[in-house]
Amino acid sequence: MFLFVVFITTLIYVFSKAMGLGLGVVGIALIFSGIASIGSYYYSDKLVLVTTGARKIEKSDNPRYFRIVENLCIAAGLPMPKVYLIDDPSPNAFATGRDPKHAVVCATTGLLSMMTDAELEGVIAHELSHIKNFDIRLAGVLAILVGFVAIASDIFIRATFFSRSDRNNSNAVFFLIAIAFAILSPIAATLIQLAVSRKREFLADASGVLLTRYPDGLASALEKLKNDHTPPRSASNATAHLFIENPFENKKVKNFFTSLFNTHPPLDERIKILRGM
Amino acid sequence: MNSLTIIILAVVGGVLLFTLFIYNSLIQARLRVKEAFSQIDVQLKRRTDLIPNLIETVKGYAKHEKETFTKVTELRTSLINAKSPEKKAEVNNMLTDALKSIFAVAENYPQLRASENFKALQEELEDTENKIAYSRQFYNSVVLDYNTKLQVFPNVLFARLLNFKPAEFFGATTDEKKPVKVSF
Repeated sequence: MFLFVVFITTLIYVFSKAMGLGLGVVGIALIFSGIASIGSYYYSDKLVLVTTGARKIEKSDNPRYFRIVENLCIAAGLPMPKVYLIDDPSPNAFATGRDPKHAVVCATTGLLSMMTDAELEGVIAHELSHIKNFDIRLAGVLAILVGFVAIASDIFIRATFFSRSDRNNSNAVFFLIAIAFAILSPIAATLIQLAVSRKREFLADASGVLLTRYPDGLASALEKLKNDHTPPRSASNATAHLFIENPFENKKVKNFFTSLFNTHPPLDERIKILRGM
Repeated sequence: MNSLTIIILAVVGGVLLFTLFIYNSLIQARLRVKEAFSQIDVQLKRRTDLIPNLIETVKGYAKHEKETFTKVTELRTSLINAKSPEKKAEVNNMLTDALKSIFAVAENYPQLRASENFKALQEELEDTENKIAYSRQFYNSVVLDYNTKLQVFPNVLFARLLNFKPAEFFGATTDEKKPVKVSF
C-alpha cells in the first residue's frame, strides 16, 4: 500500500513536470477512475453474486454450513453476513461486500461436501477475516488507483500527440521519463495491486486461524484444494481474486513471471506457514 | 497576560484534552466488553431455554433418573440467577457436566436415542455449547484489549482516577473447551 502511494506520487510528479500544466489533468483522471470504481464498490456484492450464479440460503437449507458461519461470526464479533451457495462441484469460497454490515459469504456445494467440519471452519474463518480486515474496501481503493494510473497515462499520451509545438519550456529529460512511465505504469500498477492482494491472503489466513485457533484445519483444507482438479464452472477471470484459491491456477507453469500475475500466493507456501504456526 | 500564564494555560488545556481522549477510548473499550458479554448471555439464555424441553423429553423414556434431572434443574435455576461473569462461568461449567450425565443416561434407553425430538434437542444443545465457546473466545479477547488499555502507560495514570476497573475473563475448564460429543 505504501509502495503504491509512493508510486502514484512519483507518477503525478513526472507527468505534471513533463506536461508543464499538470495537476488539473491529474485531478480529472482521479475523478474518472473514482466514479467508475465507486459504482462497482457499492454494487460489487450484487454484481458478483449474479455473475457467479450464487443463491441465498437460510439456516434450514444447510444447517451445518450456516452454523459454522454463525459461530465464527460470534467469535469474530461480526454481524451475521448473508450466506450464499453456488451449485458447483469444484470446491471454492469467497466473501464480498463493502463493510461487515453488507457482507456476503459464499461457498460452493463442492467445498461443503469435500471438507470436514474443522476444514470448513478454517475456510470460512479465512473468508470472514477478509470481511473483518476490510479487504474488499482495500481492493476497491486499489482498483481506483490502478484505474487512475491507466487513465492518467492515457491522457498523457494523447496530450503529447496533440500539443507538440509549444513544448519547448518543459524539461526534455522529464518528458522522456514520462513517456516510459506512461507505457509501463499501467502494468506496474496492476502488479502492485496483485502483490497487495497476495499479502492480504496471508493476513486472512493468519487472522482466520486466530478465530478457529486451529491452523491445521485450514492447512488440510488448502491441501485438499491443491489436490483437487475439478474444473470450476462459476468463476471467470474477473472474479478470480475473490476466491480462497485461484480457480485458474495452472499447476504446471510455475515460474517467476506467472507468479507475478497471480492474485493468490502459492498454496504450498500458505500451507507451509500454517503448518508452522 | 504574560507568556508564563499562556504556557501554563496551554499545558493545562493539553492535559485536559488528553484526559478526555483517554477517557473516551476507555469508555468505548468498556462498552465493547459489555456488548461482548451480552453475546454470551444470549447463548446462555438459549441454553437455559432448551433444558426444560430436554428434561421433559428424557423423562418420557427414563422415569427413574430423578437425581440427574433435579441436579440439572437446580443448576439451570442458579445459572439464571447468577449475576457476575465469574459466577456465570462457574455455574455454566457445572451445568455442562450435568448435561453430560443426562446424555450418558440417554445411552441406556435405545428408544430415547431414536426419538427425533431428542436428536433435535441434542443437536441444538451441542450447537449452543459451541456458540457459548465462541462468544466466550470473543469476550475474552475484548476483555484482554480493555485490560491492556487500562494498564499501558499514560492510561494507567488516569484509569484509577476515573474509576475504571479491569474486567473479568470468562473462564473455561480445559475439559469444557471441547463441545459435548455424545457417541452412540
